[in-house]
Amino acid sequence: MGRYLLKRLILLVPTVLGVLTLVFLFRPLIPGDPIDFMLGETAQPADRASLRHAFHLDRPLHEQYLIFLRQALCGDLGQSIHARRPVKRMIAERIPATVELTLAAALVAVLIAVPAGVLSALHKDSWVDNGAMLFAMLGVAMPNFWLGPLLIMFFSIYLGWFPVSGHGGLAHLVLPALTLGTAMAAILTRMTRSSMLEVLKEDYITTARAKGLSERVVIWKHAFRNGCIPILTLVGLQLGGLLAGSIITETIFSWPGIGRLTITAIYSRDYPLLQGCVITISFTYILINLLTDLAYGLSDSRIRLGREPVA
Amino acid sequence: MFWPKSFNVRNRLVLLGLVIIVIMILAALLAPLLTPYDPFLHHLDEGLSRPSWSHPLGQDRFGRDILARMLYGARISLWVGVSTALVSLMIGMMIGAAAGFLGGAFDEILTRVIDILLAFPGILLALVLMALLGPSLNNVILALCLVGWVGYARLARAQVLSIRERTYITAARSIGATQKRIICSHILPNILPPLLVEATFGIGGAIVGEAGLSFLGFGVQPPTPSWGAMLNEGRQFLLIAPHLTTFPGLAIMLVVLGFNFFGDGLRDMLDPRL
Repeated sequence: MGRYLLKRLILLVPTVLGVLTLVFLFRPLIPGDPIDFMLGETAQPADRASLRHAFHLDRPLHEQYLIFLRQALCGDLGQSIHARRPVKRMIAERIPATVELTLAAALVAVLIAVPAGVLSALHKDSWVDNGAMLFAMLGVAMPNFWLGPLLIMFFSIYLGWFPVSGHGGLAHLVLPALTLGTAMAAILTRMTRSSMLEVLKEDYITTARAKGLSERVVIWKHAFRNGCIPILTLVGLQLGGLLAGSIITETIFSWPGIGRLTITAIYSRDYPLLQGCVITISFTYILINLLTDLAYGLSDSRIRLGREPVA
Repeated sequence: MFWPKSFNVRNRLVLLGLVIIVIMILAALLAPLLTPYDPFLHHLDEGLSRPSWSHPLGQDRFGRDILARMLYGARISLWVGVSTALVSLMIGMMIGAAAGFLGGAFDEILTRVIDILLAFPGILLALVLMALLGPSLNNVILALCLVGWVGYARLARAQVLSIRERTYITAARSIGATQKRIICSHILPNILPPLLVEATFGIGGAIVGEAGLSFLGFGVQPPTPSWGAMLNEGRQFLLIAPHLTTFPGLAIMLVVLGFNFFGDGLRDMLDPRL
């Protein structure tokens, strides 16, 4: 496991450097003057010169790159142009809301998918199975920027059960979490079903039944325990997807997370804030994938022992 | 020919997907015949009208017919979906196949580039590119292609790595076939089926991508009709005109379902192990 961890960490170095390089390259590779992007074409020459100096744009490209790398690796993401506050602090204020939403969405997904997938597998080809599979198909095809307004329309406007938008108690969390978690629930339902179907065919399940164990013990203690390894891996992989989906969900529900901050940065053409948000989201994405890999490694003895899994 | 004998339209999933796709394509192509209304023409006095016999899906805040805008919007969605999937497929297939076949430094570099690009959530990268390039239809396609080719390259590389060790490739080499002939006649035709399946899902993904970008205001710009932009516009009138949000969303879901059904069925038919 130690070797595997070391290998994964070493491979992380070029990826992190590559992400930083790409974020840096957005600026020189994009046509036009970055100062125009931030201040608009009608800005005063003095303001333009001041901003150019502040962002080291008056230096050669390689020097700009080294300054950017040094600052980013030291955690210095610069100053927001509009808010005139450190980007790092602005992002740190928004992270808890995004984490709250992402974890709530993952919880919603698991709470829907596990019972639906298990029931679907146990009653294969029944109306329960067909219903669960219909949900899985619709959930994947339904974009969250449509589901969100639909949920608002029904639960907030017609029934008045939940607030339309904003951040506060549990009531504020329900609709955004459902919006963000539905697609993941759909994917997990399919995975849980197929994983359970595989496990239910195993000999040890027949043995457990032959021993006279109750059906509940056979299913939850024997079948589900073994069937949940690929499900857990998928949950980890999907967490990254939730982070991406939070950009749109946070915008719909005015949720004060990092996704909405990214959109604000784009609308207000706040380049340092945008860079900071992109770097933070990407690094979180990389970290989630790494943790998923490691968790998978812990559950697979071939990886734990430093051997390549057999295809 | 790579197309297996098992292809048959009786496969219900493919058929259902195909029917949805064909209806969408016909609706987009025949838009001027299917609706008498101009999708751009304002009737401000009829703004936010509910569905009626003359306007089956109602009218938006400027009094424009929603059905007409959806039919013309289907052209944008399908064009973005198909062109993005095709261009991404071509780029990804060529780069991935070359990396898998040549190996060495090129393969190593490509693997690292793929790792880096996969470190960005797709929608985030597309959003940033759109913000920097500026909103336009061509830029939407460009941004989605820049994000989308990676998946095809990874798949093509993995396919080539598996195929290049097969005995028929060794046999081709032993009878003196050139590298170009091996790639064009033996490798590319054999890696194409899984890539085509991926491209089918990719069309649906690109349609959602375009709609998502337009929903956030970075995609196709008004007054050009786009399903995502229509959804975003309708969001402001959820209370008084829910039909503005309902129909474009339904169209996006249906077309994505169509391509997903078609892709699922195609995969089942092309992969005999399934």
